[in-house]
Amino acid sequence: MIHELDDLLRTERLPHVWCPGCGIGIALSAFLRAVKMLARRGKIDPKKIVFVSGIGCTGRAAGYVKLDAAHTPHGRALAYAVGVKLANPELEVVVFTGDGDLVGIGGNHFLHAARRNFDVLVIMVNNMIYALTGGQLAPTTPQGVYTTTTPYGNPEPPLDAVKIAAVAGATYIARWPVTLPLMLQKSIERALLKKGFRFIEVISTCPEIFGRHIGYRDPVELLKYLRKIVRVRKGISPLEAEYDWFKVIDCGVFLDIEKPGYIELYNKYFKVEKK
Amino acid sequence: MEVRFQPGNIAVSEGAIVAGLKFFAGYPITPVNEIFEYLSQELPKYGGIIYQAEDEIAAINAIIGASWAGVKAMTATSGPGYSLMAEGIGYAVMVEAPIVIVYSMRAGPSTGVATGTGQGDVVQSKWASHGHYELIVLAPNSVQECFDLTIEAFNLAEKYRVPVIVLIDAVLSHMSEKYVWKSPGEVKLVTRKKPTVPPEQYKPFEPDPEDLVPPMACYGEGYAVLAESLSHDERGYYDPSKETYAKLVERLTMKIIKNKKNIVMSETYMTSDANILFIAFGSVSRIVHAIVRELRSKGVKAGLFRPITLWPIDDEGLRKVASRAEKVIVVEMNYGQLHREIMNIFRDKNVLLAPVISPDPPTINDVYSSIGEIL
Repeated sequence: MIHELDDLLRTERLPHVWCPGCGIGIALSAFLRAVKMLARRGKIDPKKIVFVSGIGCTGRAAGYVKLDAAHTPHGRALAYAVGVKLANPELEVVVFTGDGDLVGIGGNHFLHAARRNFDVLVIMVNNMIYALTGGQLAPTTPQGVYTTTTPYGNPEPPLDAVKIAAVAGATYIARWPVTLPLMLQKSIERALLKKGFRFIEVISTCPEIFGRHIGYRDPVELLKYLRKIVRVRKGISPLEAEYDWFKVIDCGVFLDIEKPGYIELYNKYFKVEKK
Repeated sequence: MEVRFQPGNIAVSEGAIVAGLKFFAGYPITPVNEIFEYLSQELPKYGGIIYQAEDEIAAINAIIGASWAGVKAMTATSGPGYSLMAEGIGYAVMVEAPIVIVYSMRAGPSTGVATGTGQGDVVQSKWASHGHYELIVLAPNSVQECFDLTIEAFNLAEKYRVPVIVLIDAVLSHMSEKYVWKSPGEVKLVTRKKPTVPPEQYKPFEPDPEDLVPPMACYGEGYAVLAESLSHDERGYYDPSKETYAKLVERLTMKIIKNKKNIVMSETYMTSDANILFIAFGSVSRIVHAIVRELRSKGVKAGLFRPITLWPIDDEGLRKVASRAEKVIVVEMNYGQLHREIMNIFRDKNVLLAPVISPDPPTINDVYSSIGEIL
């Protein structure tokens, strides 16, 4: 073992596809470190984790982790994860995917999984662009910016997934930038041990595509800009958290409550005598 | 064993329970609502899970996930829902998930006549998803077969690790008749092959050379398996190379084609000396059966070939019984979907089409008038 995370990675698959300066590796590493930390404390068995991703840059993560995993069709990670968890509730199911996958094409699944308070941890790596396909408009793209499909500027206001998760019914909601990997890791550790629908948004950096569009082609400059707009807040509601690429992106834990998850509710209502 | 009098939708549900169904995901749609409702009531009693998804896209992906989590999983839908499932069906093919889809046809295109019946989805049942692949489509024509073939669908899905479609229609869904229910101990049940090697040596997509089907380790069993939708090698690792892609697509295709003899099913009626050979499937085949009997009583040497597997079809069986046929007539409720397949089988015969276009269950006169135009 050369790297401390090697036992959780399919090292023979390296190097990965992600560009220099990409934040996905930081997000994935925070997740794997969280798993490692909890495993060391005997709180989680990596053999019982199922790592599900969809299509896109972030979706490729499923191919690198040495865990039970799925690389599903575009947008369907959450739909697939629901089936896995229901079929075997002992498994800890994690969806690790991008913004386009989760709240663009997969938006309906996101809304309903949150509404059901379904027992799944969702980590959404938000790079604000469709990067793997070359830089098209995402539902999270800031208004006004250039993308290859909004060459005259994006007319659409962006979607804030944190607020959607909150109004739909999640039990844990947090947002962290890749510039605060330790906070992200701690947040994942906390969320992994909870039930119900847990949502963590990771504000990532994509200098190669998104950065190029907005004049931050240099990875360091982009990270510096991100650090400038991130504001860590404590104790504010997810509905107050600001999400504005040009002004401020509020980060922190916005919700951490206890209420019965879907599996518990299901077992309560479907309590029937077995034949 | 027990004689029951129930509609096709209930027989399908009972067949699934007997086969060992443990996870059903669905979305309401006519004409399969009774399957979902009946299973919601009954499946929990057998330790199964029932789940109403937000749409059919979610339903199909949920059953694929459940299948990879190690249980027998099923959904039920009609044409519009199956259209939405197209993407998921391709995924199931690619990751070799054993799943069963009950597909009851209604009158399309589009919303069509939602409460009507139809046979317009012969091609969609097979070719809905993109790319080249094989899957299995079974077409019952009675409530008894709704029960028996649903069990068989699970067996085939588990054996070949492929989606298996039980293709019925609104008539079969809602028609009640007598059938013999059998308990799990009275039927043959198949479950997927499991790996015989430790995790370090196991490759999730390495097939048995015998049947080209890989043994299946599932989630939580310690094998760190990856259900990869991209073109993948035997380890499940993405590889866009020509060699890996060609090898994968060839195997996914050949595991069905090479085992065709063990998969195909068909039935014949009065074919030994038939010079007019009818071909019909599903509920319509029952009407054609009656017509053959009537023609025989008038001295016409008519016969019926009924494919029970539509995909793959029993082409060898068909060729055998058609040797004396001067006329081959395909009767179906569309403008020639099965007909096109039959034409491919008989390059040397004139294969005629008798389309019956109606959202209502066709009457014997509807079928006669369509046949009369070409006879």
